[in-house]
Amino acid sequence: MSQFNFVSDLQNALVMDGDTRGPAPRWKKKLEASMNGSANTTRSVLSVSYNTSFSGVQAASAKTPGKSSDAKAKKSMTTPSKTPGGGDRFIPNRAATNFELAHFLVTKEAANNSDDENDEPSSSNGNNNDNNVQASAHKSELQKLIAEAAQVGDSAKSGRILCYQNKAPAAPESHTNPLKVVYSLKTPISTKSGSRYIPTTSERILDAPDFINDYYLNLMDWSGDNIVAVALGNCVYLWNAASGSIEQLNEYEEGDYACALSWIQEGQILAIGNSTGAVELWDCSKVKRLRVMDGHSARVGSLAWNSYLVSSGSRDGTIIHHDVRSREHKLSSLSGHTQEVCGLKWSTDFKYLASGGNDNLVNVWSLGSGGVGTAPEPLHKFTEHQAAVRALAWCPWQTNTLASGGGTADRCIKFWNVHNGSLIKSVDSKSQVCSLLFSRHYKELISAHGFANNQLTIWKYPTMVKQADLTGHTSRVLQMAMSPDGSTVISAGADETLRLWNCFAPDPLAAKKVANVNSNAKKSVFRQSLR
Amino acid sequence: MSTAQATKNCITLKGSAQIIVEYLKYGINSILFQRGIYPAENFDNTQQYGLTILMSKDPKIMSFLQNVLTQTEEWLSKNMINKISMVITNAHTKEVLECWDFKMQAEAGDGVEAGDPSKQTSSKQLSRIQNEIRDVMRQISATVSYLPLLDCICTFDVMIHTLQNTEIPAQWNETGAVFIQNAQAVQLRSFSTGLQKVDTVVNYKMSS
Repeated sequence: MSQFNFVSDLQNALVMDGDTRGPAPRWKKKLEASMNGSANTTRSVLSVSYNTSFSGVQAASAKTPGKSSDAKAKKSMTTPSKTPGGGDRFIPNRAATNFELAHFLVTKEAANNSDDENDEPSSSNGNNNDNNVQASAHKSELQKLIAEAAQVGDSAKSGRILCYQNKAPAAPESHTNPLKVVYSLKTPISTKSGSRYIPTTSERILDAPDFINDYYLNLMDWSGDNIVAVALGNCVYLWNAASGSIEQLNEYEEGDYACALSWIQEGQILAIGNSTGAVELWDCSKVKRLRVMDGHSARVGSLAWNSYLVSSGSRDGTIIHHDVRSREHKLSSLSGHTQEVCGLKWSTDFKYLASGGNDNLVNVWSLGSGGVGTAPEPLHKFTEHQAAVRALAWCPWQTNTLASGGGTADRCIKFWNVHNGSLIKSVDSKSQVCSLLFSRHYKELISAHGFANNQLTIWKYPTMVKQADLTGHTSRVLQMAMSPDGSTVISAGADETLRLWNCFAPDPLAAKKVANVNSNAKKSVFRQSLR
Repeated sequence: MSTAQATKNCITLKGSAQIIVEYLKYGINSILFQRGIYPAENFDNTQQYGLTILMSKDPKIMSFLQNVLTQTEEWLSKNMINKISMVITNAHTKEVLECWDFKMQAEAGDGVEAGDPSKQTSSKQLSRIQNEIRDVMRQISATVSYLPLLDCICTFDVMIHTLQNTEIPAQWNETGAVFIQNAQAVQLRSFSTGLQKVDTVVNYKMSS
């Protein structure tokens, strides 16, 4: 039997056409993968990237785009330098040899030959012949595609490549790419010392295992009752900042998770937006779920309270106002975004709602005519950000001022006057802006950043002079929340830690002064009454 | 009645070329800004497609693009272009660092008068086309997060891949194709005017 196997193997080996028995050559697998990939990409996927190392004649034969090929490329690049040019041996440079292209050209010739000799005796079967015709038709199609991809089609057929003679000028010599800040790691720049002392190390570090590193979620909030709610993995935990006790609020089933947490202004009601698109209300004093409000078709990544109203922003691009008191909870649905809504904040006087989305928009919605919810059309649409906007903050002392921060491609903190819809100021923070908070005690704001330094930066407002950089996180800072007394900021980082920063502690001297003024005033009242 | 409706909302090949050239104008300017090729001070905001797009205000760049795009529009309206490449090169070493390909594909349109391509029309809504373009523009500005840093003085050029029988106009040259060593390609979204489909692909050099 074995000799027959051998003969049939031999015959198979001789047949140039049809499928080869062994594993498909690399270029074939790659081409298939790339064709599948590109078929998917045409409509929706942003970047199914495929390796087209065969697109350049001189392209390196990147075996795998991993470390190994890098190492190989480096090696072959260094060898010629060791043996100076003009040696007596020809050492082929592997990196410069395009194996895939060479293989393609060789097989193309072979395939052409076998096309001519289709009625070869080794494939004498009638069925086989039919298959061969089909296979070769398929093959010629394939080769056309490869030729296109490899840009080596018949030179006669391909068209001309034309370009204009007067070229565009090069950038000025002094120009350095402003994007450098996105890519290069620098030690934090020494900041101007402000008028007050700001501790630059965290006061306390809490472990937050499984904290989801997702720019579009809002997974932490600090309540007026001094309780920090944080979602870790598929659980929600409550940390009592006063006593330090930890309580697990709930645990989602496998696959589901909390996407947004938001405390009501006063009391112990926590709203949770989950991955199924529902908004849940929890009474945290009793650890009991009060109600579930649906309405979204995708996960709810942002929430904002306005007394009995909770507004939810979802991945489906809509914002829904829920009236938590009534049975028909859905008041209105706003469709001002085309992509995921990841930032949502009511202004400090609750007259405006600001929303930021993955479509790089900031929308400002004004209070509705009935005083409930908002008008269905945005009052302002700010398109100036060049990346997703997640960081939003309203100024507590200028109620018409909104601060917004953009993602990696933007890196700017912009200030808006929502009364007239104008841009007040724009500052390049040189890093992704994940969160913004205004201080209540100082005319300052704090911003949370990602790469390169993963720092929190305190800025003087409105001059936007840097006051301090608070470093410590080893991965980007995703979320910030302020303590009810406004003195402490908690930050949640993708390094799975929560850090507490005592950066806005009221100045003891200033407090004393106020006390003095008060006591003086009281004295004078006393005197008056004595008279 | 019916003819009035038919003429109300249709795009001819000429109009389709105009839409595509407009996209190229905003797309190329956006790339120049987003990739940091020229100083940010030399750009101005404009509103287009419901987005803020930064346009170069350097007179040399503006006149270069104006000249190139006028010619492009003429060829496009005759369906003579296969591909337009925007090539970013190192100004000193002339090494090609990045190549943005805009691939053109003729489409059937409504197919009523398939015989004469210049009379073909498409009834696709302009707002729909512009929404498609907006999505591509957003993707262009999002590429910053994965494309490698262009850490040198750069310049750019636009190469137009036309049919073989195209006449070379005055002040134009024929050149060879460009290749990027160790390239990686990412395809962005496509848009179509109904008569022509445009694929946007960015090819970039893998950092070694």
